[in-house]
Amino acid sequence: MVAIAFPEPDPSILDRRDEIVAGLARLVPPHCLITSEDERRVFETDALTAYRRLPLAVVLPETTGQVSAVLAWCNGQGVKVIPRGAGTSLSGGAIPQEDAIVLGVSKMNAILYVDYDSRIMRVQTGVTNLAISEAVMPDGFFYAPDPSSQLACTIAGNIAMNSGGAHCLKYGVTTNNVIGVRMVLMDGTILDLGSDALDSPGYDLLGLVTGSEGQLGVVTEAVVRIFPSAEGAKPVLFGFPLADSAGSCVAAIIGAGIIPVAIEYMDKMAIEICEAFAKAGYPLDVEAMLIVEVEGSDSEMEEQLAKIIAIARQHEVKVIKESRSAMETAAIWKGRKSAFGATGRVADYICMDGTVPTGQLAMVLEKTGEIVAGYGLRVANVFHAGDGNMHPLILYNVNDPDEQAKAEAAGAEILKLCVDAGGCLTGEHGVGIEKRDLMTHQFSDAELQQQMRVRAVFDPQWLLNPAKVFPLDRRSQT
Amino acid sequence: MNRFVPASLEEACDIVRAARSNSRALQIAGGGTRAGLGRPVQADDVLSSAGLSGILVYEPAEMVIRARSGTPLEEVEAALAGNNQMLPFEPVDHRPLYGSQGRPTIGALAACNISGPRRIRAGAARDSLIGVRFVNGAGEELSSGGRVMKNVTGLDLVKLQAGAYGTLGFLTEVTFKLLPKPECTGTLVIEGLSGSDAIRAMSLALQSPFEVSAAAHVPACEGRVPQTAVRVEHFRPSVDYRLREIAKRLAEFGASRMLDTGTSLAFWADVRDATVLGAGPADIVWRISIRPSHTAAYLTALRTAGLAFRYMLDHGGGLIWLALPPCDNAGADIIRQALPAGVAHALLARAPDATRASVPVFQPLPDAMMKLTAGIKISMDAGGIFNPGRMYDGV
Repeated sequence: MVAIAFPEPDPSILDRRDEIVAGLARLVPPHCLITSEDERRVFETDALTAYRRLPLAVVLPETTGQVSAVLAWCNGQGVKVIPRGAGTSLSGGAIPQEDAIVLGVSKMNAILYVDYDSRIMRVQTGVTNLAISEAVMPDGFFYAPDPSSQLACTIAGNIAMNSGGAHCLKYGVTTNNVIGVRMVLMDGTILDLGSDALDSPGYDLLGLVTGSEGQLGVVTEAVVRIFPSAEGAKPVLFGFPLADSAGSCVAAIIGAGIIPVAIEYMDKMAIEICEAFAKAGYPLDVEAMLIVEVEGSDSEMEEQLAKIIAIARQHEVKVIKESRSAMETAAIWKGRKSAFGATGRVADYICMDGTVPTGQLAMVLEKTGEIVAGYGLRVANVFHAGDGNMHPLILYNVNDPDEQAKAEAAGAEILKLCVDAGGCLTGEHGVGIEKRDLMTHQFSDAELQQQMRVRAVFDPQWLLNPAKVFPLDRRSQT
Repeated sequence: MNRFVPASLEEACDIVRAARSNSRALQIAGGGTRAGLGRPVQADDVLSSAGLSGILVYEPAEMVIRARSGTPLEEVEAALAGNNQMLPFEPVDHRPLYGSQGRPTIGALAACNISGPRRIRAGAARDSLIGVRFVNGAGEELSSGGRVMKNVTGLDLVKLQAGAYGTLGFLTEVTFKLLPKPECTGTLVIEGLSGSDAIRAMSLALQSPFEVSAAAHVPACEGRVPQTAVRVEHFRPSVDYRLREIAKRLAEFGASRMLDTGTSLAFWADVRDATVLGAGPADIVWRISIRPSHTAAYLTALRTAGLAFRYMLDHGGGLIWLALPPCDNAGADIIRQALPAGVAHALLARAPDATRASVPVFQPLPDAMMKLTAGIKISMDAGGIFNPGRMYDGV
């Protein structure tokens, strides 16, 4: 597999850099425009750090009006724009290109209002995912989608990627929890999609925009649903001697009509890496572990757990460990949520995000192991088992081009395996540049052309995040 | 007018290609039970999903079902009931409202983005719809989404099809995620509340940690006292415990009583299908989706404007059903002018064909939204052959 291609920078844009910077300087205050090479360097990549491109300039507007002015001006000048939240994309969704500017929403991070009677709140999209929940936590509410990067990632990025998280088995993903956005089109038009009410008229443009990876517009405000927190929540660790038995245990829990808040899976390598980092009390003598979280009153949790434990016993469970305190609960989740960071301390890795029908989990896990071993590399598996969203972390050395090529080739094979097993390339991280060239494995040419025609309605010149999602060699036909 | 009933995807593609080249508009038909929903369609021929029937994939352990679009809903629900599962969004049966016959299809749930009282907890059809296969206006067979619950691969055309009322393509297959059927359904009812007290009571219940799955208010009518109801669905001990806890929190609103599973199911079916609204056969019916904290003021504004109406509330006050006697403009002027901007939308849910041809059925869109809407329509159906005018004039 060759490294991911970027389009050749447009020399006519590069030549006009000074003019473009001067044009932007007329639209936003000086502290909102970043031009020096050192400061632009911060924005040259996201969490797909193997790829970097230095943008022409970075604009960090403070108002929707400024976003509109910048986009309209760039549209008129033919300047490409890369929208950015916090830059935590694992698929390269926020990686710039040399002939583009970065437009970040990070300065727009106010919470505009909270309406408990309607169970919604309105925020500017530069606010972090965690800050949304923290704003309403004292009143017993929370915002449900909780990606592992929630401390840093913005709701703008969550909307762009339709982010999920561990708790979406019960509460759904971003598209189920956002009911309105204010969005600016590439030509500067400001639109409200959805509204403060649950059902809005017309085509579901909000649903279309959610997960569109910053290609249709820049969202500056969002109306999100908030839910009252359960009376209590408790995670339990289940250790299994075989990966297979963990997989069939998941199917049996769901088959029994029980929807836990979360069912997370970790294999032996992931357990060891996370335990070394978080000291969460994970069992080290098992091949696979599930973290199952239930919620409700104490007696409700006891009752649900009794049912789940009975099922686990039918699947050769070896270790059962209930959290007995808030501290233990925090440690258990810290271990899981820091899985990517902890793995990064051990080795460089690329993280796959394919999703498969839960009945295929055991088969796909086994073949994933074989594929990676075939390239002489190692893999750690940590993922959302309840919804089949896998996250194999393929470990490699980023300074060894040969290993990087092998890791990417193994990743591509795994994703094709996911599609062939009835699943998809990406469950919550997005296509970005990382999976762009694999899109032809999941979609026919007619399907890609249809998606691109819809895309072009919003941005006819293809200036917004243009090198992402759709394979570069399919563009000419639209 | 021809009636096409393709028995396969290939046939459907052929019919669409022929319609496209002959510039003949197609009215998309499922079971025909919801034909009164939306604007009257001016079409040359009918394209029916009746020949595309059958469940294709049902994996109870994965909580997923895929069926051809013309599959009768009752067939799907029977299969799910056999495994104690259900469609999460509690779809309205529109036959009582429209007095229609026939059998609702699974495809129409997607095309019209149907939902019911559980909308507040489990979302609408669009939230459970995870995959579609459809024929676009060029006669191409396309799919979007799939059979897994988390999927962000490419643009989400599934959402675009949900609620497009067949104007963006002919759906041939739909895939929904499912939920386990609750072991027990319980309802707490408080009688005699005014509309604004009812909204406060429902809001308090919905702010509790007890996972209220529906909250409705049925005002007094024909000798019946007003009823405010909140529902909990769970394992039996949890339903008992949670309803008791909710009753404590709502003590200020007076005595409450509990409905058992059987009575609850009947009550919520009547709320779902709006039969408790008590609309006369000739009455105009509106469905208003609103931010619940604005509902009480909106109802007052309607009364102040002199509108005579019956109403009921679902979605904890976020959905107002209105019934009014036949009148000029179906009352649209008052009903839409009183809407607080950005937080509410009015759908003309039932009116004679002539009224629905002249009064906008769906809330009119701002120009910029209408421009995108028209652009998307052209991108998927350049010849404008699918259900022309069902949602908006010219789309």
